[in-house]
Amino acid sequence: MREIDCQKITEAVSTLFQEACVYLPEDVLSAIKRTRENEESPLARDVLDKILENAEIASKEKIPLCQDTGVAVVFLELGQEVHVTGGDLYAAVEEGVRRGYEQGYLRKSMVNQPFSSRKNTTDNTPPVIHTEIVPGDRLKITAMPKGAGAENMTRLAMMLPGSGSRGIIDFVVNAVDEAGGNPCPPLIIGVGVGGTAEQTLLLAKKALLREVGKPNPDAEVEELEKDILKRVNDLGIGPMGYGGRTAALAVHIEVFPAHIGSLPVAVNLQCHSARHKETVL
Amino acid sequence: MAKRIMLPLAGAVLEELKAGDSVLLNGVMYVARDAAHRRIVGALEKNEPLPFDINGQTIYYMGPSPAPPGRVIGSAGPTTSGRMDPYTPQLIARGLKGTVGKGMRSQAVKNAIKKYKAVYLAAVGGTGALISRCIKSSEVIAYEELGAEAVRRIEVEDFPAVVVNDIHGGDLYQEGKTAYRTVGE
Repeated sequence: MREIDCQKITEAVSTLFQEACVYLPEDVLSAIKRTRENEESPLARDVLDKILENAEIASKEKIPLCQDTGVAVVFLELGQEVHVTGGDLYAAVEEGVRRGYEQGYLRKSMVNQPFSSRKNTTDNTPPVIHTEIVPGDRLKITAMPKGAGAENMTRLAMMLPGSGSRGIIDFVVNAVDEAGGNPCPPLIIGVGVGGTAEQTLLLAKKALLREVGKPNPDAEVEELEKDILKRVNDLGIGPMGYGGRTAALAVHIEVFPAHIGSLPVAVNLQCHSARHKETVL
Repeated sequence: MAKRIMLPLAGAVLEELKAGDSVLLNGVMYVARDAAHRRIVGALEKNEPLPFDINGQTIYYMGPSPAPPGRVIGSAGPTTSGRMDPYTPQLIARGLKGTVGKGMRSQAVKNAIKKYKAVYLAAVGGTGALISRCIKSSEVIAYEELGAEAVRRIEVEDFPAVVVNDIHGGDLYQEGKTAYRTVGE
């Protein structure tokens, strides 16, 4: 058994959110630079230039890339040989969110009782935590501040099992088309296929953490990713919906087996400010 | 080339603006988003005084991150405008001339823009650090208890935006998408 103290976890979570909100990951920056070369429209190019300039200013001046510093989504991969000491694991994560959002001057966007009072919890808690127990004696923590603009465009379909890849393509392309400029394109499109309703949504969200444009290792899935990417970019939506060649930087699909009577498909969109950061304790 | 525009928006300027134009806004804007809109329209319906005179003014849909020491404001980019659609037509009917945000508007908003001669502008979502540099002053003027959602008065200098919906019925989102759409099936 390896011991990890709750205090360490709190500190790690606090640092991860502060850094994630200020520094755009290198793979995202490179993908935006690449796509700028494909754009002909002056408006589309101007949007991409502004996004790159914004990333520079944010990192230099240490202010958030986007004022929507999100719901604090936390993925934990907890090694089964780890013994968490000195408190409650989830309370430690929550305290990390509280501290990180306060110390980093990040916006507190969580409201309680979402259907009525909608009163701000004032410290951006609670976080949304997804835990997986894995082999080993490490704890991997991924912080993902998820903004509402893109999250609100999420779609879930329980498709007929015979719908096949054609059905998936139409569903995803239509979701992106309807979303237009709202989710702040150029997007990363996370797609979950299979499992149950909640499982496929989680797959779609986890797909967003993959290195931008890195294909799924399964050749058939990679083919589908490429096909959908071409089709969404052919929609003409362009950066921020002003018209152009790039609606998405990448399509990431994650697949899980499904019931004989089911074909669940989920789409979770990530705006161009694709913020996430991870660490291993 | 972006046109420099003074706020509040003058009638002659509104006549000139066309969907797709890049502009730099200079002057005063009022900041309000979801919760503030609910309250403003609630006050309108009860004939109570509004937190500011909306006549001729421009509203920026935004909820900033907290200002670190020594800064006027934190990150300050636009939020999704569509959530304000249920409230916007009646504000435009009462004299609101400009709205600034990101994303599509409802048909009712577009109709109001045309009928009452107003404009909808978009700023680039996710560029709150860049935009914060154009904000020269910021003051909470109402609903302070709403935190990031409080109503603010801000002064902006060369705030970059693009005309989306103009008084002539132009719609950048429609026109842009059509121009680059190559869906062949």
